[in-house]
Amino acid sequence: MRHLLSTRDLTRDDAVAILDVAEDMADVSTREIKKLPALRGKTVVNLFFEDSTRTRISFEAAAKRLSADVINFAAKGSSVSKGESLKDTAQTLAAIGADAVVVRHGASGAPQVLATSGWIDAGVVNAGDGTHEHPTQALLDAFTIRRRFFGTDARGRDLAGLSVVIVGDVIHSRVARSNAWLLTTLGASVRLVAPPTLLPVGVNTWPVTVDYSLDDSLAKPADVVMMLRVQGERMNAAFFPNAREYSRLWGLDDARLAGLGEGTIVMHPGPMNRGLEISSGAADSARSTVLEQVSNGVSVRMAVLYLLLSGEREDLA
Amino acid sequence: MSGSIIVKGARILGAESQDVLVRDGVIAQMGSDISEQGARVIDAAGLVALPGLVDLHTHLREPGFEQSETVLTGSRAAAAGGFTAVHAMANTSPVADTAGVVEQVASLGDAAGYVTVRPVGAVTVGLKGEALAEIGAMARSRAAVRVFSDDGKCVSDALLMRRALEYVKAFDGVIAQHAQEPRLTEGAQMNEGEVSGELGLAGWPAVAEEAIIARDVLLAEHVGSRVHICHLSTAGSVEVVRWAKSRGIAVTAEVTPHHLLLDEQLVRSYDARYKVNPPLRRAEDVEALRAGLADGTIDIVATDHAPHPAEDKDCEWASAAFGMVGLETALSVVQAAVVDTGHLEWTDVARVLSRTPAEIGRLAGYEQGIAVGAPANFTLYDDSVTSILEAGALRGKSSNSPYLSLSLPGRVVGTIHAGYATVLDGELVDEETVREAGGRRG
Ligand SMILES: [Zn+2]
Repeated sequence: MRHLLSTRDLTRDDAVAILDVAEDMADVSTREIKKLPALRGKTVVNLFFEDSTRTRISFEAAAKRLSADVINFAAKGSSVSKGESLKDTAQTLAAIGADAVVVRHGASGAPQVLATSGWIDAGVVNAGDGTHEHPTQALLDAFTIRRRFFGTDARGRDLAGLSVVIVGDVIHSRVARSNAWLLTTLGASVRLVAPPTLLPVGVNTWPVTVDYSLDDSLAKPADVVMMLRVQGERMNAAFFPNAREYSRLWGLDDARLAGLGEGTIVMHPGPMNRGLEISSGAADSARSTVLEQVSNGVSVRMAVLYLLLSGEREDLA
Repeated sequence: MSGSIIVKGARILGAESQDVLVRDGVIAQMGSDISEQGARVIDAAGLVALPGLVDLHTHLREPGFEQSETVLTGSRAAAAGGFTAVHAMANTSPVADTAGVVEQVASLGDAAGYVTVRPVGAVTVGLKGEALAEIGAMARSRAAVRVFSDDGKCVSDALLMRRALEYVKAFDGVIAQHAQEPRLTEGAQMNEGEVSGELGLAGWPAVAEEAIIARDVLLAEHVGSRVHICHLSTAGSVEVVRWAKSRGIAVTAEVTPHHLLLDEQLVRSYDARYKVNPPLRRAEDVEALRAGLADGTIDIVATDHAPHPAEDKDCEWASAAFGMVGLETALSVVQAAVVDTGHLEWTDVARVLSRTPAEIGRLAGYEQGIAVGAPANFTLYDDSVTSILEAGALRGKSSNSPYLSLSLPGRVVGTIHAGYATVLDGELVDEETVREAGGRRG
């Protein structure tokens, strides 16, 4: 694997292979010494143009457990200046000798520009770009689902036969996009649920089905209910009348939680708006995988960095 | 040094070969085996002769943005593309909203001499969309402005647009509307549709263009004015204009070369050279625009030549500037998109790239095309060659072309402006020679 820019161009076999390596990495994490020498001497740069402490520390932990050197580079511009340009930053990192760049950027496509510009040679991992994709989040979600449903039997399997409901601000969500592509590639069926204002034009061409009503969608069998974060700035842009109405119609409240099927799990990429898209009852219930998602995130990111930087990097390409 | 030129054996509008004698700025004689003592002879055997191209939509960037283009460099790019006249858009700094600025731009054009530079005046002060600019003063200035546009911005206020449409009638002017409903396109990055949804780029919906065009043709009908629509980009816009014309509304419409050739799939690369406003649309839209141009719904092709420095394109998509250069490649792209595909003949090309844009801009001298007695503005074009576009072929200051490293047909071999050569053997004539030739004339 040369870069990881999106889940859209991953094949089923690529994705299963990443998840299987992540299983190996998860095993390492249960050992007393949680460290592998695999990437000793390699330099991983976390290049964050947008604040995201959660994602950054997850990648940092992953790289360190593989013995890579980690440099954190916060390139966020001030509100006045545009900040350092992507090109200048990339050339600086190339001069430093970065082997992999984990990039978070507010502009959709920035990681792809970085990977194809010729400014830098390093492998590029997309850690979330604008409203485009967040591939490691989708991989850790798939990993979490696979473990919950198949346990120790997970290796080698895809998600065929499982149904996933993704609820919320799809149009602005890189998590929703990456999951829609990845989970369907892995054989799951995906239903998107949102008010029509929060669905992109053209969603009818995605390999998913769409419901406007959360209750109608939850009346059908669902193995996974994934709630998306609703950003505060949507409130004032006429996407929906107000938080109360949104929560009433599209929030996972205690009543909807109680109505879920026996084995249904509840996911959220975090950070959560408790009381808006998800109730505390749902977030803290035994169905919730929120904390597993965080710990699985490290294993999945270890797998991605390993496949990018170890000798096997060509095999998956 | 004689001013006379004999062009030998050019195919006039792609038809039969003739010689053309140029003397004292006009076409003095056409026929076979013309000779004249001391005349410069240009061998044009096999080349297509087209009337001098007239661009109704050019951004020359001066004053204010000389790092992107100047009147001189843009004029050179225009001549290299076979143009003999360009209309310079008003979104400069200061904005061309006073007689002083438009006269300055016109004089810079005269001084350069490569093409006739016709300034476009702003419709509203500072392009702010709040108060009418001094339209009368600009119309009556030495620049004799006839086209008014806030291009880059839409005159979105309906009342202001109505007043502007009415007011320009006093000066035989026309409002050229950049049709973009601002609220529907806040933060817009590319055509809204399947691709924008996948790429996570904020959408620029077709309806934001079509709704403004629909409103403006109805306003033009109501007040009995003519209106010109810049850069049509959607199938729906073609439909609206077709409907308006069928009602007898005095609307004219333009399409850019890039909207005739390229579609939104290119944005998948996130390569900012493809970022333009209005955005590249669907393949179906490209087809509809070609058909609209072929059936006369769309009157003209205009480049929307929009130079930007490298740093404004060498970055992530959202930070990049909108626009692409297009003067040098316009004729080649038109050949590829609508001539080689059978939509247009060379006589149609002469109409959509010379006679009609001149007529809309009230620019005299292009009514007859290449004919005895007409001002000698024409271009010699080799439609038989194909080549890969290299940055060196771009003669303006900026190289933000979407066609770099693409194969395009055709090459401008010669351009004659007001009786003197600005391009010979495919190369620009040097600045001093052109300036002197232009000066002698004026
Ligand atoms: Zn425009």
